[in-house]
Amino acid sequence: MRAVVNDLRNNTVEFLRTFGAFQLFFLRLLRYSPAVLFGRFDLVVKQVYNTGALSLVIIMICGLFVGAVLALQAYANMSKFNAEDWTGVAAAFALVKELGPVMTALLFAGRAGTALTSEIGLMKATDQLSAMEMMAVNPVRRVLVPRFLGGVIAMPFLAAIFSAIGLFGAHLVGVELFQVDVGSFWQQIQITVEMSDVNEGILKSVVFGVAASLIAVWEGYNTVPTAEGVGRATTRTVVITAIAILVFDFMITAALI
Amino acid sequence: MDDSSDNLIEIHDLKFSRGHRPIFDGLNLTIKKGEITALMGPSGTGKTTLLRLITRQLIPEHGDIYVDGTDISTLTLTELYELRQRFGMLFQNGALLTDLTVFENVAFPLREHTKLSNRLIRHIVLTKLHAVGLRGAADLLPAELSGGMARRVALARAMVMDPDILIYDEPFVGLDPISMGVIVRLVRRMNDALGITSIIVSHDVEEVATVADRSFLISEGKVAASGSPDELRTTNSELVRQFMHGMADGPVAFHYDAPDYAEQLLGRDTE
Repeated sequence: MRAVVNDLRNNTVEFLRTFGAFQLFFLRLLRYSPAVLFGRFDLVVKQVYNTGALSLVIIMICGLFVGAVLALQAYANMSKFNAEDWTGVAAAFALVKELGPVMTALLFAGRAGTALTSEIGLMKATDQLSAMEMMAVNPVRRVLVPRFLGGVIAMPFLAAIFSAIGLFGAHLVGVELFQVDVGSFWQQIQITVEMSDVNEGILKSVVFGVAASLIAVWEGYNTVPTAEGVGRATTRTVVITAIAILVFDFMITAALI
Repeated sequence: MDDSSDNLIEIHDLKFSRGHRPIFDGLNLTIKKGEITALMGPSGTGKTTLLRLITRQLIPEHGDIYVDGTDISTLTLTELYELRQRFGMLFQNGALLTDLTVFENVAFPLREHTKLSNRLIRHIVLTKLHAVGLRGAADLLPAELSGGMARRVALARAMVMDPDILIYDEPFVGLDPISMGVIVRLVRRMNDALGITSIIVSHDVEEVATVADRSFLISEGKVAASGSPDELRTTNSELVRQFMHGMADGPVAFHYDAPDYAEQLLGRDTE
């Protein structure tokens, strides 16, 4: 019994210590962010390309199918009440407020987050970060901050693209397949979806962008510098990001209702 | 201490441990300006750790390290980075930045710390690459280089800011005899012509003997012996003799701590 209590205490202390270090790490990234954003924008652009542009294909394909399947489900249920015109609205709400930001963030964690973690972890394992330290170049500033900012900037755009392609997928299913009137399909969306709904999606994607990039960079920087360590860190990035995103999603949604 | 203005690096009573294993326990050593100093010792004695302590990548538990008269533990991050600009360091595996070409790797410190024109940077980088014989490899990526070539590129990068102090971590491992000869002469020449202070960590007794002005043999957390290579070779300390002549028997145990051999092989399984 005593051992269990001791274990619990040690684990709690360890967790709090890590969590504190994580917060300090976040503050460090934020502190250097303005200087990097205005001084070395070229580095940020390169990372927006690496994390954003290179994730486009997977985002677009997934967006198309998620939008299409939403329209299938919506049409199947709406048609029971002769409300086929609302197919687009159901898909649009789901995409803009929930699935756009959430799915994008999950795909981002798998495609870009893992790449960030393993890249930084390998740089650490091969002494590249130490070498920068020795060349009087701060690796947090030169390596971590541009990657963090790249992810933060890319995420809202990716989410917007995901939702837009998703709507196109819904249009294909609703209008082209089930012959819903194209005018009422889009008009219902225009009337019903408010700017505040779009803003909710944007807010979520920004928060998810910060969370996903921060976790990926943190895990990379704290990798145990071995082959096994890099593998583990990469896995943790996906797992922790997925949990964080779904928890944040619930909290933001609850706060806005 | 004799004339202390000649001392570039002074280490007093250094203590440092990894986990519960003490690495250094009261180490004292002095590195003189303009000399080539070798730090030697059996593997696992913390030679690389010592380099990291000198450059404050690690912080000692006890003791002071002075570089050019300044206690490095008192420096702010900005001052530390200013000091590090005077250092050039060659890492064991080269530690080249994998996403940049050879040329950009060597140019990296210049681009980060100076506002030189591209033309001038090109000039400097090609000169340094030529010195290590790899001007032709400027456009290759680090992944396309052999281990020895990567180390030579890293050497060019370490020299590119014209440092006062060059630190070499195992520079001779994995080099073929030709590159080795060239690199050894390069180290010597930079030292003579430019007055660079060099610190070499190595257990390559022969090569070190040809370049070093002074060697320190580190064992069990302390300096076990010091002096010119000749002095070390003719000393009558058991430990120095064992190390310099590569003998398995002597004060340094070749075997890691283990239970009795016969007992472990023949005895009952105690697990």
